Parts: sequence; structure tokens; C-alpha cells
Amino acid sequence: MNDFISFKGVHKRYGNYNVLTDFDLTVRHGEKVTLIGPSGSGKSTVLRILMTLEPFQEGAVTLDGLSYHEPGGKPPFLASEKHLRTVRGNVGMVFQSFNLFPHMSVMRNLMEAPMSVLGLKRHEAEERAMTLLSMVGMQAKAQSFPGQLSGGQQQRVAIARALAMRPKVLLFDEPTSALDPELVGEVLSVIRSLAAEHDLTMLLVTHEMRFAREVSDRVCFFDGGRIVEQGPPEQIFSAPEHPRTRSFLSSILEGAR
Amino acid sequence: MIQGYGIDTSSTAAFALSVLPILLVGLRTTILAMLAGFAIALVVGLAFALLRRSPLAVISWPAAAAIEFLRNTPLLMQLFFLYFVLPEYGIVLPAFWTGCAALGLQYAAYMSEVYRAGIEAIPKGQWEAATALNLTRARTYGVVIIPQMVPRITPAIGNYLVSMMKDTPILSTITVVEMLNLASRIGDRTFEYLVPLSMVGLIFFVLTSLCSLALRGIERIIPTKGISLQ
Repeated sequence: MNDFISFKGVHKRYGNYNVLTDFDLTVRHGEKVTLIGPSGSGKSTVLRILMTLEPFQEGAVTLDGLSYHEPGGKPPFLASEKHLRTVRGNVGMVFQSFNLFPHMSVMRNLMEAPMSVLGLKRHEAEERAMTLLSMVGMQAKAQSFPGQLSGGQQQRVAIARALAMRPKVLLFDEPTSALDPELVGEVLSVIRSLAAEHDLTMLLVTHEMRFAREVSDRVCFFDGGRIVEQGPPEQIFSAPEHPRTRSFLSSILEGAR
Repeated sequence: MIQGYGIDTSSTAAFALSVLPILLVGLRTTILAMLAGFAIALVVGLAFALLRRSPLAVISWPAAAAIEFLRNTPLLMQLFFLYFVLPEYGIVLPAFWTGCAALGLQYAAYMSEVYRAGIEAIPKGQWEAATALNLTRARTYGVVIIPQMVPRITPAIGNYLVSMMKDTPILSTITVVEMLNLASRIGDRTFEYLVPLSMVGLIFFVLTSLCSLALRGIERIIPTKGISLQ
């Protein structure tokens, strides 16, 4: 059971458009994997499938031995809500647009799910929330509302909120793409410190190539709904083999100059 | 109903004063019908909106059909339907409750659209975050969606409340003794329609104004912290 997460022959379509075609990916427990590639190449879809935000039609996805599809499960997810909840309990997600609950204080954002889903007592949830907030450097803003925070601060709270559910897998879907350039660093440094956690498996979709190189064990380059090249970051960034990888990286680096 | 009350037609002022107690009896019925109808509309409207959003076509289609039917046919027809047709199938409600049900159902259909717009105004990311945190569907509605929706829809809901209040005289057509019914009976007896009808108009005006004031108060009480109101 070396494969903690596995995608085997997964097909995902929106109408006639194939987002993922015969897609394979395996991730080891504790591995940090970065997904890069042009937009529309299916990177985010992989995360959204893992988070059960999107169903897929064919193939198999498993996480920690749990299959996403259930025999006899009904469309669109081919699994019961109960089963999906079990699967989902292992996964947390950080979104591009933060998606904090705007009508709840930062504290309440972090306490809601641990209390109502995991059944934590109020003081336990409070304690957990404060620990996480201080980890992301946001303890001073515990009573603030999301609208009073900068984008970078909101994203740090969102990371803490996802961690409050103690997921085995944490998914980052372009966590810095919606941020002003000067706020990117504070979010990346939080993610960087998480990358040091051995037990946490991380999948990260990002356009921050230097960061990807720094934190990931493996980089997967996506094109047209499949992975065309993958390997350790040094290999992908310094000596890409596939022509698509080369042209993508050179266009990205061009833009950065 | 008018029996037991003396009607003094010696002067306009005396006439107005003497019919006031009679009309106030009707006012009680008007207000009760409005409250009952509104309560039905609030609850059934939300149910309609949620049923219509169901991913199962077996549920969402009939709900959509019912809503469209209630919205696009006259209230008076629906009222007659409930009052005259249902008893043929053994469902006999007192006239007052039949009236409340008719008012409540039609306004539930209107309000389901308000609820629907309110739910759809919530960004998709809020649903996704709730899913990612593994909140149940009920909890997602209860703590994420509805609290963000309520302050946005209160003004529209309030308008429907006022509008429904003004529809209550329709209950007089199925023998419910509300204000307008009493006013016309007074007119029938005294051949003086101007004063009782004007009084009814005046009372309605006061009532709707009070309601609008109360609604503005409620809008101020509802927690809106963090919720942007376009």
C-alpha cells in the first residue's frame, strides 16, 4: 500500500469537453506534489475530484484504501452521501478565493466544522483554533471578520480553517493567484512551514515556479488532461524532456522577467 | 355581526365614530389572516424554493410546476378552488383558514422566487468551502447559506407582507367577516358607502404604514456583519 492516493484511467468530461483523459497519478503518504501546466489542462480538476466537489465518469480514484466510487452508487458521484462524507473527512482544501464565511468571525470560521462535524466541545475547538491561528500568525485577528482582513490574511485563516479538521491530505488550488504581489510571500511561508510536516500529504496547484521547486518532492506537468512529464523539481525545471514542458516553462519564465 | 352595535347617522363624524367599533372587529380578522397567511408563505415558500433546487427531477419538476401555477393564476380563482372544490373531496376547512391557505400559498410561490434569488446570490465558493469542511447539507443551509441570505431578502419579503395585507379583503368573497365585508354591510344597511369605505381605506393605510415601519426596524436588528448588501 505504497499508493496513498491513486488515479487510474480516470475520465472526466464536461459535456463534450474532456478535462481528464485516461488520467493516472499516484501519490505516496506524506508526499508534496505540485501540479503545473497551462490553464484548462485539468490540474484543478484533479484537486476538485479529490475534494468530491466534482464527480468523474470512468476509472478509479482511491485515497488511503478508500474508493471514491461505491458499488451500486448513484450518479453523479456514483457513491452515497454517507460514503462521500467518509472520504471527504480525510481531505482539506484551500481555495484560490479563500471562501471564508464572511458573516462569521475568524474564530467562528475555525470552530464551526470541528464542532458540528467532528463533535468537539466548544473549549476544545477554541483551543485548536487558537493554536492554528498562532501557527499562521493570525491570533491577533481571532475576533475580526474576514472582510476586515487583507487577502493574504484571509488565505492564512483559510489554511488554518482547513487544518482544524486534521486532514490527511491538504489540497491547495492556486492559493496565491488572487493575491496582490506583496501579499504572496506571507501565504507561501505558511505553506512552506506545512511542507515540513511529514504526515501531511500535499497537492498544490500553483504558478509560483520558484516556490514549487522549493517545497515539492515531485512536479507534474499537465497538458490536455494528462500528465505529460513528472519528476523531481530539479529535473522538471532544469532539464525538462518533453517539448510542451519546455515551451510552457520558457513562456512562464519569460513573463516573470 | 353588526347586530348589537348602534349606528348613528345624524352626522358624518358621528357616523364614522359609530361604525369604528364594528370595523375594528373586522380589523382583528384582517390582521389574523395576514399573520397566518404570512407564516404559511414564509415556511411553504422556503420549502418550495428548496424542493425546486432538488437535484432529483422527480421533486424539482412538480415543485416548479406548482410554483408557476400558483404565481400565474388569479388569487380569487385559487381561493374559490380551495373553498368550493376541496370540500367535494372531503377536505372541509373553515372559511377563515381556507382564506389564509389561499393567501399563504400564492405568496409562498412569490416568496420562493425571492428565496431562490437569495440562495443563488451566494457565491459558489461558499458551498464548496462548506463541502470541503464536510458540513452536512442541513448545517450548510443553517449556518452558511440562510444567515447570509436573510438580510438580503428581508426588504423583498417585507414588500410581499404589505402586499398580502392589501389582498386580505378578497377573503370577504368566501364569507369571512373582515373589514371590507363589514364596511359594505354597513353600506347596505344605511345606504351610506362613502364613510365606511373611507374608514377602511384609512385603517389599511395606517396598518401598512405601521408594517413598513416595523419592517425597517427588523431590517436594522438582523445581523448583517460581514455581509455585503448590494
